[in-house]
Amino acid sequence: MGSYYVQLALRSLRRNVALTALIIAAVGVGIGATMTVFTVLIAMSGDPIPAKSSLLFAPQIDVWGPPAKVQVSSFPTPRLPGMLPYHDVMALLQGHAAVRQAAMYGIGQVFLPAQGEPFPRTGRATSRDFFRMFQVPFRAGSPWSARDDAEHADVIVLGAKLAAQLFPRGDALGQKVTMEAGAFRVIGVLEPWNPEPRFYDVGGNAFGRDEEFFLPLSTAIDHQLDVNGSINCHDRMGQGFAALLASSCVWLQFWVELPDAAAVHAYRQFLTNYASEQRKSGRFAWPPLVQLSNVRQWLQIQNIVPDEVRLNALLSMGFLLVCLVNAISLMLARFNARSGMYAIRRALGASRFDIFLQCMTETALVGALGGALGLTLTALGLSGQRAILKSVVSYTSQLTHLDGGLMALTVFLAVGAALLSGLYPAWRAARTSIGWQLKEQ
Amino acid sequence: MLKMTHLSKVYRTEVVETYALRDFSIHVKEGEFVAVTGPSGSGKTTFLTIAGLLEEFTGGQYQLDGADVHGLNDNQRSRLRNQKIGFIFQSFNLIPDLNVFDNVDVPLRYRRLPGAERRKRINEALERVGLSARVKHYPAELSGGQQQRVAIARALAGGPRLLLADEPTGNLDTQMARGVMQLLEELHRDGATIVMVTHDPELAARAQREVRIVDGQVIDLDAPTRLVENPTPRPAV
Repeated sequence: MGSYYVQLALRSLRRNVALTALIIAAVGVGIGATMTVFTVLIAMSGDPIPAKSSLLFAPQIDVWGPPAKVQVSSFPTPRLPGMLPYHDVMALLQGHAAVRQAAMYGIGQVFLPAQGEPFPRTGRATSRDFFRMFQVPFRAGSPWSARDDAEHADVIVLGAKLAAQLFPRGDALGQKVTMEAGAFRVIGVLEPWNPEPRFYDVGGNAFGRDEEFFLPLSTAIDHQLDVNGSINCHDRMGQGFAALLASSCVWLQFWVELPDAAAVHAYRQFLTNYASEQRKSGRFAWPPLVQLSNVRQWLQIQNIVPDEVRLNALLSMGFLLVCLVNAISLMLARFNARSGMYAIRRALGASRFDIFLQCMTETALVGALGGALGLTLTALGLSGQRAILKSVVSYTSQLTHLDGGLMALTVFLAVGAALLSGLYPAWRAARTSIGWQLKEQ
Repeated sequence: MLKMTHLSKVYRTEVVETYALRDFSIHVKEGEFVAVTGPSGSGKTTFLTIAGLLEEFTGGQYQLDGADVHGLNDNQRSRLRNQKIGFIFQSFNLIPDLNVFDNVDVPLRYRRLPGAERRKRINEALERVGLSARVKHYPAELSGGQQQRVAIARALAGGPRLLLADEPTGNLDTQMARGVMQLLEELHRDGATIVMVTHDPELAARAQREVRIVDGQVIDLDAPTRLVENPTPRPAV
């Protein structure tokens, strides 16, 4: 009977093209608007590292005392600084209290190629554990060794795009690249990698471009490479890089990997003990306050999705509801106009359920066509979103990308929305009074 | 085949109660051709819709082909209607979107018959009514008489036990009406049980037996199909 209902549905859609087009438009426009916004929301609020998001943690310590804390209503404890000062990061690194640990900050360098004009690129100074902790894929080579770290070696890991730009023949490994800071030996080349959001440094640009090179933290400190990101200070800071290192300004991100609940508990205790020691030493004049958040908790604390996007999502759902209500009215009109035909079919042996299924099949077909329209409108809407979001995030192409999964979701949502809209009209049509309708005929 | 005993059908509103049928009893045996006559508003069509399980009745008893239909749910009634009853309507009630073949196919689809079986039955039914050459035509392309023949073919295709015809010639000219009546008589001769509602005494005379309904009641159950010289004056409507 399924194919029979589809045949009947196709005939019915062709019978009144204008009304069919209106219903398809109601569904399609509603879906297009909703999916335009939800594509961005899903990309922004997704888990950037699902395999390890429950194992990676961002320690926070109250390094400034009570007046500097901000109460965020969505989180139970006052909001601590999201980064740490150099002194505390070094102490935590030397504590070796986690399975893996990575301290880091954003950097920028002007590259001086052998041929062509110099060009700037952004990168990251980090610990060697960074790559394994965050599952960064290597195309060639490997991270620097512990010895390179200890010796502050001038080594560099290139991102895929930069490696291709500097070494088009693909022979980057072992080569030297020259930047403002000097000549560095390439020891690794990455596969394309850009987690969204960039959870480990949300203060920079969580949805920004790929980071294109990586240096050992110790090397970057040695070369006094400027911070390409946020520096937040509670007190006045002196001039120069040395002053930055000595200050209580927070500018370094710090992440640890903890394999289980016991390790998390132990590390939290480690942090508390460290803060207590700082108080005992006279550096902190307030009770120790620490926080340890996994990736999802961290993103929630940092409020990673802009309020504009959340508001847009709410508005789009309201708009979809309005469109569906319109679709219901149009379908009621459509099925009502055919009540005589349904009465004939009932007289010839169709049950109420047969008529209901016939109507719902027609509705599903309308939904599928509405989904196709919705996809087209979503693509158009996303290109519009790129223009709007450029004021909020600097690199929107991946956020506003409609992949296969989202396309399938769009059509599924359209069919689902149409079926939902069609439930009441189909139910009404199935309950046509046979005798009365036939008399009217 | 069709047995109604003390049947009643009441339409109730907040203000008034209307008896479409009142203490209505009728028995149609298998193979009979019965004409149901009466003035406008007498309850003929209501009787037919109840007989065809298109409406429920308020009181009394109705047995169709030996089975009591009281208390059947919608699915059971639909199935019974599909398997045992064929309808012929005054306004033909063909589906305009569908061609002749597909119109006759409709009741068979709800019988969930395989395609080959359906095609066989449709072709046989259309041949029976003389419209094999018109299978691809749409209702709008047929004359009134041809449309009614298609409706008869649709009613026959399922092999019903009972044919219910509501003013089958009401929308036809004399010649076409004659053709349709001839067809119904042929079907009766072949063994079909037919109940035909009509207000036309000439058509009623061609049935085997006439049942007269006035004000929702049968007033003459076994009237012979002949002209009455001094007819009883009808009550004012």
